[in-house]
Amino acid sequence: MSRAQLAFAGLAAALLAVAPLFLNAYQVDVLNSIGLYALLALSLNLILGEAGLFNMGHAAFYAMGAYTAAILNSRYQIPILWTLPLSGAVAGAFALLVARPVVHLRGDYLLIVTIGVGEIVRIALVNDVFGITGGANGIFGIGRPKLFGFTIRQPQEFFYLIWGFVALTIFLFLRLKRSRFGRALNYLREDVVAAEGSGIDTDYYKLAAFGLGAAWAGMAGTLFAAKMTIISPESFSFWESVVLFMIVILGGAGNIAGVLLAAFLVVGLPELFRELAGARMLVFGLVMMVMMVVRPQGLLPARGRF
Amino acid sequence: MTLLSLQNLTKRFGGLTAVKDVSFAVEAGSVVGLIGPNGAGKTTVFNLITGNYRPDHGQIAFSGTPLNGLRTHRIIMLGIARTFQNIRLFQQLTALENVLAGCHYRMRGGILSAMLRLPSQRRAEEAAVERAMRELEFVGLREQAPTAAKNLPYGDQRRLEIARALATQPRLLILDEPAGGMNEQETEALIGLIGRIRARGITILLIEHDMRLVMRACEKLIVLEYGGKIAEGPPEQVRLDPKVIEAYLGAEDEV
Repeated sequence: MSRAQLAFAGLAAALLAVAPLFLNAYQVDVLNSIGLYALLALSLNLILGEAGLFNMGHAAFYAMGAYTAAILNSRYQIPILWTLPLSGAVAGAFALLVARPVVHLRGDYLLIVTIGVGEIVRIALVNDVFGITGGANGIFGIGRPKLFGFTIRQPQEFFYLIWGFVALTIFLFLRLKRSRFGRALNYLREDVVAAEGSGIDTDYYKLAAFGLGAAWAGMAGTLFAAKMTIISPESFSFWESVVLFMIVILGGAGNIAGVLLAAFLVVGLPELFRELAGARMLVFGLVMMVMMVVRPQGLLPARGRF
Repeated sequence: MTLLSLQNLTKRFGGLTAVKDVSFAVEAGSVVGLIGPNGAGKTTVFNLITGNYRPDHGQIAFSGTPLNGLRTHRIIMLGIARTFQNIRLFQQLTALENVLAGCHYRMRGGILSAMLRLPSQRRAEEAAVERAMRELEFVGLREQAPTAAKNLPYGDQRRLEIARALATQPRLLILDEPAGGMNEQETEALIGLIGRIRARGITILLIEHDMRLVMRACEKLIVLEYGGKIAEGPPEQVRLDPKVIEAYLGAEDEV
C-alpha cells in the first residue's frame, strides 16, 4: 500500500471508530448492518473475487452459521460467542460437502448450482428440517453475547463487536492475499488450465476457497444471530446472496477496499433514501447495468501486488 | 537414457482419431522436435503427456514412472513443464507473480501460516521471489517483473511462459510452438534461449512450424500426419524422407 492509501485507510478507520459517539441508535444500527454485509462480502470475495468461482448461494453458508449458533445457544445454553468457531466449522464443512461434486463446473453452471444450494437450505429451514430449526418462525430467545463478563446489548456496543471482527478479518485477509495461498486463488481466477499446468492442485484450492469463505460467512451468521436474538429463514433469502454478489462485483472483485466501499454504498444508500424504498430495486438494477458498461472491473479493481 | 517414452498412444474424439498408435522416445539431454502439418495431432500428443487428455490406448512413462491417469499438477510435480500454443498467462497478474506460480508446488504453507505470517513462511516467500527473479533474468525479463502480463509485447509473453515453466524446475520442458508469431530477430534469440536451457541439463520436446528453428535446434525429429507417425530421425535424414516431403508438399501426382 502506498503512503496516501495507508493514511486514507487510517483516517477512515478512526472516523468509523468514533462514529457511535455522534450518531443515534438507528444510525449506528445501519452501520452495524453495513458491518455484517461487509463481513459477508469479504468472505464471498475470497470465493468470487479472488478465486473467480461464481457463487450466488452465499446466504446458505451464512444461514448454516446463524442456525448453528442459535440452536447451540437456545437448546444447550452455550454462550453465543463461544459458538463462533463451531458455526464457522459447520458452515465450512457444509460448503466442502456441497462444493465437492460441483466445483469443477465453470462460471455460469456453478452459478446455477449455488443458487440451487441456497434455495434448498432456505426451504429446508422453512420446513423445520430435523425438527430443530423452528420452521418459518425461526428460533427466538437467543442469548446476548458476553465479552469478558460484559453483556453486549446496545447498538453502540454491537458496533464495536461487529466492526472489531471486520477489522480482524481485513487484517487476516490482507495477509492471506499476499501469500502463496492467496496467489493460488488468483491463478485459478485467471486461468485454471495454466494454473494446473504450473503444478497447482486446482481442485484443492477451489475447495479451500469455498471452505474458508463459507466458514467466515458462518461466523458472520453467529454475530447476526447474537445481534437479532431472533432468526428466521427469510433473513437468508436468495436476495441476500444477490446483494452480496453485487457488492463484490461492484466493488472490484479481489479488492478489499473496493468491497468495503461497495458494502457502504449498497447497504447504506438505500437507508439514506428510505422514502424511495420502492425504487430501490430499480436503482440497483440501473447501477449494475451502468457499472457493467462503464466500469466492468469494479469501483476499485484488483491490481498486481509486486 | 530414455527420459520420456510413448507407446502405442491412441486418442479419439468421437469419430475422429486425433492420435493413432504413436510411439517414440525422448533421450535425456536432447532437443526433440515434433513436426507435421496442421491438424496432425501434435498438440494432442502434448496434452496427452501432461494429462490434459486421457489416452484411449497406450502408455506414457516419464523416467520409468507411468503417467497414465495422473492429474496434470501431479505430472508437473514429477518434472515435466510446458507452455501453450495460444499463450496462457495469468493476464492480470504481474510477470513476477506469473513466474511464482511455477515455484508454488515446491513451497509449503497454507491458510494458517499465511494468516499468522510465520517466519518460516516469510523466508520461503523471499526464497521463491528470488528464484522467480532468477528465471525472469534467465529469459531476459528482469526489468519487466512488475509489469502486468497482458501489457507485455507478444514475444515477451512467450518468454514469460517459458520462465514460468522453468520455475517448476523441470527435467523435461515441452514447448508448443515457441516461435509462433515471432519475427526473425526474436526467433534467433529463442534459438539461443533453447540452447541455454539445454545447457542447464533440461531436456526439450517442442512443436514448431519454423523449419529453420527446427533444423538448427533439434537433434531428432518426429513427424506426424493424420495422427500417425510417418518418420523419425535426425533432421538431415527427415527432410529428405519422401513421405515427409509428400506430407508437406503433397504427392507428385496431385500437383
